[in-house]
Amino acid sequence: MSNPAKARIVQLEIMRYNPDLDQQPHFQSYDVPCQEEWVLLDAINYIKDELDRSLSYRWSCHMAVCGSCGLMVNGVPMLSCHAFIRDMPDLIKVEPMENFPIIRDLVVEMDGFIEKLAAVKPYIHPKEERNIEDGCHNQSPEQLLDFQSLTQCINCMLCYSACPQVALDHDFIGPAAMALAHRYNLDSRDQGRAVRKDVIASNQAIWECTFVGACSEVCPKHVDPAAAIQQAKIAATGDYFKSFLMPWIKKASKDNEGEQP
Amino acid sequence: MKQYNGHFIRPADKYAWYLKKPRYIPYMLRELSSLFVGLFSCILVWGLYQHSQGEVAFNAWTQLIWNQLFWLNLLIFVFAFYHSYSWFMVTPKAMPIKFKGKRVSGVTIIGAHMLLWLIASVVVFTLFVIGA
Repeated sequence: MSNPAKARIVQLEIMRYNPDLDQQPHFQSYDVPCQEEWVLLDAINYIKDELDRSLSYRWSCHMAVCGSCGLMVNGVPMLSCHAFIRDMPDLIKVEPMENFPIIRDLVVEMDGFIEKLAAVKPYIHPKEERNIEDGCHNQSPEQLLDFQSLTQCINCMLCYSACPQVALDHDFIGPAAMALAHRYNLDSRDQGRAVRKDVIASNQAIWECTFVGACSEVCPKHVDPAAAIQQAKIAATGDYFKSFLMPWIKKASKDNEGEQP
Repeated sequence: MKQYNGHFIRPADKYAWYLKKPRYIPYMLRELSSLFVGLFSCILVWGLYQHSQGEVAFNAWTQLIWNQLFWLNLLIFVFAFYHSYSWFMVTPKAMPIKFKGKRVSGVTIIGAHMLLWLIASVVVFTLFVIGA
């Protein structure tokens, strides 16, 4: 609970946008008495509870797991539940995540992101149909190591907000979706690389990435989408040359495309 | 008002986006360095052509790059150095090497590249001195 005696007054400049009333977003300032242990989300919750009930924003878990409270904080994409006020200046500029359409105030539209995720078919495509009687599909710790860090993604979309390439081309598949595709391509249980190839190796995917690396820097779960994309580029280049040198592999891959679950 | 999927979206600055955040400057310098590396390749090919034209032509080219083009060469050297350095620094991202079931650390991968770069530079410099 808020303790006024220990509070530090922090000015939050929050971007407001009501599509029914506003032509453009504008900023509104709030003076918030912040406690030492508060994260930015606590300050925004304070505004909602005590100062302005019309403010719209998303949040859920308050512990960097759900990935729903991403915002631009002084120009940097962050989870607001993961950003301590004590580490910030007295004036904090809060905006909705960049590179996304704004529905209202700090709430962005994420349909495009969900469509991009679905486009890379991020689930295991087994080589052949397996039954329960077949038992577990074993995987060694070493095989898990190949992709384990990529499984930590919480779809918070901060990487899309940090990526200048997404800003320039909103149809770019983007960091998280490509990292997820690469995660399944590296999974020893998966045989869906050929199924994902047309999307991943397209002009809207890995070749659109210019390796700025900002996506990896802002990730709150230390996923490294920039690394995944560069590795996917190398794999796609290998596939391209293999299709010339070993055309029978290309034929096998095409046959495999019919095996979608 | 720019719209995407039926909602307002803040437009991006297509021509000066890299000036918006300091984070983008090293990236742009890395990209820009490619032009200088390319320029040096052209100068080198020109030198090879002059070499094929005989001693007088090659000496004229050598004089030119040591005198009139000295500062340009120095600028090219700085950018070529930054080009190599910045790309070697990101090699662990593109090369996830495993050894005995464990990931080789990024520092080791970068260090190996830097060491090979140093050895290659010393070899080339030695050959240059012997040749001179």
